[in-house]
Amino acid sequence: MAVKEFEKPELKEYSDVPLLEKKATAHLAPFKSKEEFQSSLGYPGELVDNWQDAALDKMGDLLKKYRSLRVYLDSCIQCGACTDKCHYYLGTKDPSNMPVGRQNLLRSVYRRYFTLPGKYFPKLVGAVDLTKEVLDDWYSYYHQCSQCRRCAVFCPMGIDTAEISMAAREIMDSVGVGQKYCNEIIGKVHKIGNNLGLPEPALADTLEGLEEDVKDEIDIDVKYPLDQKDSDILLVTPSADFFAEPHVDGLIGYGKVFHQAGLSWTLSSHASEAANFGMFIGSYANMRKLAMRIREAALDLNVKRIVFGECGHAWRVAYSFLNTLAGPFDFLDPKYPVPQHICEVTYDLIQKNVLQFDKSANDDMVVTYHDSCNVARASNMGDVIGGQFTIPRDIIRATTNHFYDMDESTIKEKTFCCGGGGGLLTDDLMELRMKGALPRMEALKRVVDDYGVTHMAAICAICKSQFSKALGYYGFEIDQIISLHQLVGNALIMNKKEL
Amino acid sequence: MSLVTIIYGSLFYFATLILFAGIAYRIYEYATIPAPLKIPTPPAPKTKRGVAVRLFREVVFFESLFHSAKWTWLFGWLFHFALLLAFFRHLRYATDPVWFWVSWEIVQAAGHYAAYMMLLGLLGLLVRRIFVDRVRHISAPSDYLILFLIIGIALSGLLMKWYPTDIFALKQFILGLIYFNWSELPSDFMLLLHLGLVLLLMIIFPYSKLLHAPGLFFSPTRNQTDTARDSRHIADWARKLES
Ligand code: SF4
Ligand code: SF4
Repeated sequence: MAVKEFEKPELKEYSDVPLLEKKATAHLAPFKSKEEFQSSLGYPGELVDNWQDAALDKMGDLLKKYRSLRVYLDSCIQCGACTDKCHYYLGTKDPSNMPVGRQNLLRSVYRRYFTLPGKYFPKLVGAVDLTKEVLDDWYSYYHQCSQCRRCAVFCPMGIDTAEISMAAREIMDSVGVGQKYCNEIIGKVHKIGNNLGLPEPALADTLEGLEEDVKDEIDIDVKYPLDQKDSDILLVTPSADFFAEPHVDGLIGYGKVFHQAGLSWTLSSHASEAANFGMFIGSYANMRKLAMRIREAALDLNVKRIVFGECGHAWRVAYSFLNTLAGPFDFLDPKYPVPQHICEVTYDLIQKNVLQFDKSANDDMVVTYHDSCNVARASNMGDVIGGQFTIPRDIIRATTNHFYDMDESTIKEKTFCCGGGGGLLTDDLMELRMKGALPRMEALKRVVDDYGVTHMAAICAICKSQFSKALGYYGFEIDQIISLHQLVGNALIMNKKEL
Repeated sequence: MSLVTIIYGSLFYFATLILFAGIAYRIYEYATIPAPLKIPTPPAPKTKRGVAVRLFREVVFFESLFHSAKWTWLFGWLFHFALLLAFFRHLRYATDPVWFWVSWEIVQAAGHYAAYMMLLGLLGLLVRRIFVDRVRHISAPSDYLILFLIIGIALSGLLMKWYPTDIFALKQFILGLIYFNWSELPSDFMLLLHLGLVLLLMIIFPYSKLLHAPGLFFSPTRNQTDTARDSRHIADWARKLES
């Protein structure tokens, strides 16, 4: 689907904070989920009759289950420090896209029904009744949050708007108002095992094709095994890696690394998806159900380690939640953390001198690196503080000669979201996605102008897909976004030793 | 015993009860609601000690705010620090004999000048709230009223320099409340205004955004260790899903 007409933000030399325009993107809302997708996830198919009561019940329930939600609804001092931190506010100028503005949509209802002053003096404390208009605003604006947590880093109270967005989506789902994109995808994984709905034979075919391509290119039999029992490593990767550009170049790279290091590994058709959209809709139960597939696959294939491919929120769920959701993983090799990121694996192999590189293979590129929000702000690598920033960069430096970081205020823990995370990577939100990409595109433009950067590497399937669109939209080339393991695969010196 | 004394004396007990019981109850609530998943933000410490250091820096220096909004940080920090200094100065009314360090000249003088600092900080925050369009947009009436309330407290306290009261009698009144041996409260207008506003602040504390004070310590993004891969972090309600 082509990008619909809307005013195109201008790429400025220096980003500035726009004056607000009320309701600027109130018209943006993703398609609603149909009955069949709702019910497969355990939610009502359409707005239930007593939805107000049901929604408030659900809110009360979540307030008792999630300390974050309760503390964050209480503790905001409305100081405004977060107001210029969200890429969606910067791109859309809509004050409900300021993190605190977004939170207040839920907070005002919380105050009305769950706090004393809100019950008796609603006007005074900005409390409002839960009306259909409010529900519609929730649906719009809680689907204009990519749950990137940039606001949480800057808030003096550590208030994480992502927690609020997740709760709001869970409340809406529970009264029958779900988002088509996320819920349809989750349903597919429950049923088939991956977001794309690729069944096992199709997957096997694809991987076979991949092996042939690699063979044609470097004349070495690099394997991309599927469901190979008793392998050492189970690789769980986003299903986009099987098809999409530039994702697939990353997958090729992982295979080369495993091949060269002589590691036995396999993909699984049961757990053929690293992404876990259960997180986006704030559903612990669905997130857990999806995570369990990985445990099942690991047990079934009798592997010793679990490694995740390049995917931002998948790594969040893997690193921060998997052990909690689907652990304990005491049946795996205790020498390795569970799970590991492919970057950790590659980095360790580089440290041990197992991998050698010919950096000149990447000399046609001047590279910068986009920190994906969920990797940067919700996970770690290498078990050292900040490892999620240094390890990918060290890999890039080991494989290329030309690397430049973007502006400090736009990378590492302050990184800007690509604009498509959090379950928003859908065509029906294209306007939002393009506007939300603005801060990243501005930062990119600066290094393009200053250092002649030609490519931006990323380790997230959503980022890669989103940038493939956004780069074109803002006048770059769409193939300027690359997978980090594409750089690795290009530069890796392969010898013909057989496994 | 004058009516004013009876009213203020009773209100003091009432407000103290609300303040302490209210905050204690909130803390109990926050502490007992589970945090079912690890969600610390970077730079996330790996140890409890690291968390303590992080919280210390947040509470004492407002570190995150420093990185996000320099003016708000400056005014906010000035205000809170002045509040602490003023609190120290006021301890002389509630301790007998006065704690030695409270009677130090420097503590008393700092507590006095703190009033100006507090006003500066509060006015800065007010100006920002009114003139920055994004902050104006999010402000509810209560956000202004709380600012006005605290400005009123600082101003009436400062004005007592020019409208003095019998501080000996005031101290007797306060000690009388503490030791349940009431004595008369001087009924000077500025003092009554000052005390009245303080009582109001104490009463609204557990029902307002002033809860950010205990809230910060319970903020999972700031108080969790980053050890998700090492051990499971499972809440009771989540464990039920496993059976
Ligand atoms: S920075 Fe935090 S406390 Fe301040 S307005 Fe934003 S969410 Fe509220
Ligand atoms: S989590 Fe990200 S997208 Fe959501 S409000 Fe915060 S900064 Fe914006």
